Formats: sequence, structure tokens, C-alpha cells
Amino acid sequence: MTAFPKKAALPTNAVVVGEGERSVVTQSYLPEVGRGLAVTMQHFFHNTREMLRGERPDPVTERLDPGISTISYPEQKRPYPERFRGVHRLTLREDASPRCVACLCCSTACPAQCIFIEPGEYPEGDKRRGYERFPVKFVIDELRCIFCGYCVEACPCDAIRMDTGAHATPYDSRDQFIYGKDLLTSFPGRDGSHKSENPRHEPGEPTHPGVTREHQSH
Amino acid sequence: MNLGLQLLFALIKILIMIGFLFNVGALLTWVDRRQSAMIQDRVGPNRAFVKVPILGEVRLFGLLHTAADGLKFFFKEDFIPPNADKLLFGLAPILAMAPVLALIAVIPFGDVIDVNALMRTVCVGADNHILNVDHGKCLDAGRKVVEGVSPFLIFPAVPRFGTPSITTGPIELVVAPLNVGLLYVFALAGQGIVGAAIAGWSSDNKFSLMGALRAASQMVSYEVTMGLSLVGAMMLYGTVRLDDMVRWQGENCWGIFAQPVAFFVFFAAAVAESKRIPFDLPEAESELVSGYFTEYSGMKFGMFYFAEYMEVATSSMLLVTIFLGGWQLPWIHRDGLTIAFGTETVFHTLMPHVWVTILQVLTFFGKVLVVCSFQAFVRWTLPRFRYDQLMKIGWRVLLPLSLANIFVTGCIVLGVDKSSLGFQGGLKVAADITQAALVVGLTGLTIAGVFWMLKRHKDSTWIVGSSAERALAAGGTKESPMQA
Repeated sequence: MTAFPKKAALPTNAVVVGEGERSVVTQSYLPEVGRGLAVTMQHFFHNTREMLRGERPDPVTERLDPGISTISYPEQKRPYPERFRGVHRLTLREDASPRCVACLCCSTACPAQCIFIEPGEYPEGDKRRGYERFPVKFVIDELRCIFCGYCVEACPCDAIRMDTGAHATPYDSRDQFIYGKDLLTSFPGRDGSHKSENPRHEPGEPTHPGVTREHQSH
Repeated sequence: MNLGLQLLFALIKILIMIGFLFNVGALLTWVDRRQSAMIQDRVGPNRAFVKVPILGEVRLFGLLHTAADGLKFFFKEDFIPPNADKLLFGLAPILAMAPVLALIAVIPFGDVIDVNALMRTVCVGADNHILNVDHGKCLDAGRKVVEGVSPFLIFPAVPRFGTPSITTGPIELVVAPLNVGLLYVFALAGQGIVGAAIAGWSSDNKFSLMGALRAASQMVSYEVTMGLSLVGAMMLYGTVRLDDMVRWQGENCWGIFAQPVAFFVFFAAAVAESKRIPFDLPEAESELVSGYFTEYSGMKFGMFYFAEYMEVATSSMLLVTIFLGGWQLPWIHRDGLTIAFGTETVFHTLMPHVWVTILQVLTFFGKVLVVCSFQAFVRWTLPRFRYDQLMKIGWRVLLPLSLANIFVTGCIVLGVDKSSLGFQGGLKVAADITQAALVVGLTGLTIAGVFWMLKRHKDSTWIVGSSAERALAAGGTKESPMQA
């Protein structure tokens, strides 16, 4: 049977920190109570004055100052960075139809497979028939989306963007997170526009850079 | 005064006290949250609102949360544990609340009103003779109508000493002017244990039982201290009537100067009696869920919750009455403003009885609110004691302290009684100096507070990260609320 291990000797360079003075004054607890009350009252009166004068520190630019730096969320928002990826939107053409040509690039690029597109052909005689299709359905499941932005990168037409600056609204049931084409086209960008800055060149227009019908035989 | 009128006045006084108590209880739930938010650099509850046609959403700084809470209590399920004692379980909240309500019956909230001296119609004759008044006519000594003078209304002052006789119609501003005032307070304060103990016992829950045990032992311990701490005050004031205590403080000095140790001990014991931090062991969340009312829900829980806040209000009332001069303002007496040091009167002016009464009643309620707010400060400053510390403080520190206070007070009272008139006069001057110090101190604090409120101060700006840059470009976050 081994003896109870002895306490190791202190290293020679150790500094013993005392327990502090246990005088009657410290033991009475009163000076510290007073000091604590001083701290709480200081905060209280400072914050009350700022509230009464309506000059609470700005939660972003004065956040290190004393005082309440809470952002009252729905009314106030922290300014998002310029390249913040928010909820998707579908940009519109001049005639207010989606710019999307239903090429399925975005749904292919999507690592979360949250985009579903049902492409449709333009009717016979339409100038765009044979050049591009249009989305009959364009559905994004915002609960599945991981907001990676690959769909925006993949889109050849600048038709899907994540520049709404909004994050997905919380709803009370899952089906409400499945955004359809109408909802996606209804979101404006940060600048308030439903369009994109990049010009759109419709087939048949002289600026249209792509293949023409003459190239079809090749 | 006939019986009907007496009953009417009693009813009005009860309504004033109960109304004040309930409103302060409700207000304190708000103060507790909002003040703690201000202390802890938070915004605090401010979301409950009512829609008012013109003003839109009215939020009232979160005051409506109290109303929302009340409504919620009524609509929640009133759960009774299956094995609980149903009778006792239902009785406990009532037993917790009733003594708090009954306690305020003996607390005076103003001096005696001389009804006949409130206002008076008088006639002054040609040679400054006071004439009789009858049905709007001025009558001379021969009861003949004097022409040329008409009666007018005055608000007279009343003498400083002596209470009006029964015939002139005094109203004592206390619900029950008991001769045993303070003893009644002790008797009822002791009943607070019963509600907590029965609640814990009948809930069929071990946490509740533990809470009840703690509540019982804690309250019994601090009951002793609370009673003994006031014995010194009783000896000094020479009475157990609370209104006479307040009168003594008005004529001499506030109890906090005469009995500082008793004030401190009583304050600690009163906080312990109302089972609030740092003495909230019976409902310690981290150990006992919520102690003796763990199983309570709905309005029954609401009654415990509310009784606790009303207990804060009643203990503040007691503190104000016994130690902070009750309805007395320094220098304001029954007859008006008197600045005197000993027998030397520096300034004296009469004030109408109505004004003095209104001022004094407002003073009393104002003081109660200030003390309540201070209790909230204590509650949000100090951490909870450990249970053995609580018992040690109660039995080994506060109790001997209050006993020593009784001994010292007894010696001093005896010594002063035997001392020379000159010494007693000196004490009176010292008491008047404390009154003057109060006036100067409070006025100085008020002025300093106003200056501090108006002082401009500059906060520094920190631009860290692109979001701060964007916020600055948009004129700060506050001014551009909906930016994204």
C-alpha cells in the first residue's frame, strides 16, 4: 500500500499569491456592495440619459462606446456588405418577362440541388423559338439553398441574381419556403430595379452577338 | 362626522392604498425588467403595443408588457398536479397575497386632515373685523346683513402642533389608525411564511418542498432580526404608532440619521422577507427550478409573482415610514415652511392646509417609489448568497447587530433623558442640521442631475469593416433604418 502522494514542492521561482486581506471591513461585504451599486447605477443613468435624449450609440459605427448598442432588428438592420448574397431574384427583360432562357445551367451547378426548372418552347413563329426556351416553372427551395452563389456564377444571361439584400424570411411552414417564378421575379434588387445593369440583346436585334439562323446549317 | 361619511372616507382611503399598491406592483414588474435592461446595456421589453386610431402603435416604453402578462395569466392553463392537495394548493396563493394587502392598513400616507380647515368662506368688514357668514351673506354681531362686502373663499393654515378635535372633523390618512401599529405589522409579516410553506407542501414536488423549507427557515430567521431591528426605533420614538413615529421624525430628524444601524439591518431583513435577490434562496432558479411555486401556472402563479412585487412595495412603505420620514419633507411642517435651528427660527411662512396635505401625500408616495427603485438596483447588483451564508448572516451578523443596537439605543436614550437641557438643545440643533443637510443634498443632487442630463458628450466613431463604412455612408445605422 502506497502512502498518499505528498504535495509537490513549489518551484523555487514561484510567487505565492496571498488570499487577500480578510479584515472586518472586507468581511462585512459592504464596500463591495457599494462599489457594485455604483457600477450598476452608472450604467443605468448613462443609458437612461441616452434613451431620454434619443442619442443611443450607433450599433455599427459606435459599437465600442459605452451604452446600448442593440440593433432593433425589423426596424433597424445592420448594413450588409456590398456582395452579400441574399434571397435570389429573377431579373426581367424590357417586356417584363424573365430573362431566364431555361438553359438549366444554374440547376446543374447547384450543389444543393434546390433549383427546379421546367423549360418550355416558344410557340411556332416566335422570333426566339429555336434560340432559347423559357421557364414554365422556376422553383427554388430556399430551405435547401446553401447560398453559395454558384447559380449566379453559372447563369449565362444574368437572369438569376442574389442581390436583393434580403435574407430568407422566416415562415411557419416548410412549403412557404419554396419560392416559385412569380415570387422570384417580384423581388427587386438593392437598387430597387427588377432589371439588371447588363444590357439584353434579343435575337434579331443588330447588337445580338450570338448565332443567327444563317449559322444553323453549320 | 356621522357613520356614513366615516365609512365613505374609509373606503376612499382603502381605494387609494390598494390602488397604489396594485399599480406599484404592476409598475415594479416593468421597472424590474426595464431597469435591469438599462443596467445591463440592453433595450429591454418594448414590443407590446396597442393600436390607437390617431397615434398608431403605442408602446409606452414596454409598460404594456405588464398588461399583456396579466392577460396571459388569465388565459393559461390552470394546472394542478395530480397528487397535489387541491384545497391547500388553491389556498396558498391567497395566503401569500392576503397579508401583503392587509399590511398596508396601518401605514399612514399623510398627516391628519382638518376637514373644516381645508377651505373657508369668510367676510371681512370695514374695520378688518371678521364677520359671520350665512347663505352667502355677511352678518354682523347682531345677525344683520352687512351691505357692501361679500364673502370670499380662503385656504387657511392650521397650527403646527396638536391634532384637531373630533368635532372639527379630522380625517386620519391611514386606513386603520391602530394603537399597536408596528406590532400588527410584525404579526402580518409573519404570515408570509404560511403561503410559501403551504404552496411547497401541497405541490407534491420535491423542488417545491425544498423551496418551502428554505422559505420557512429563512423567513423565520429574518423575522427575528426584522422585529429586533425596529425595537431601537420604537424606544427612540417612544411609540409603536406609525403616524406618531413619522411626526417624531418631522420634529426631530429622520430615522436613518437617528438609527443608521437599524436602518441597514431592517433593509437587509426586509429584502430577505420579500424573498428577492440576494436572498432569493427559496426560488433559486439554478437549484430549485423556481422553488415553492414550481408547480403553479396561470393566475395562481401570477398571484405569487404579484405578491412578491407588492411585498417590495410594502417593505418600501415601512422603510419610508420608519426611517425616511414618512410623509415629511424637511422644513415643511403642518403649518407651513419653517427653517429653524434649535430655538433659532431663520425663516417661517404659513402655507394653506390643502397644499401641505397634498404635498405630504405626494412626498410619501414619491419616497416609496424611490425606495422601490433602489431595491431593484440592489436586486440587479448583488449575486445570490449560498444557503449557509444566508443563515450565517441572519443569525451571526444581523441578529447580534440588532441586539447591540437595542443596547446602545437604550443607553443613549437613558443618557439623553438624564442629561442637561443644554445638551438636549444641542441634539435638537444637530437634528435640524440633518434636515438642512437633506435639503441641501437633495437640491444639489437634483441640480447636478439636470446639468448632467443637459451636458453634451461626444462618442467616438469606429469604422471597422465594410458594413461600418456603408453605415457611415448612409448616415449611420440609426438614421437609415431599412438599409440592406
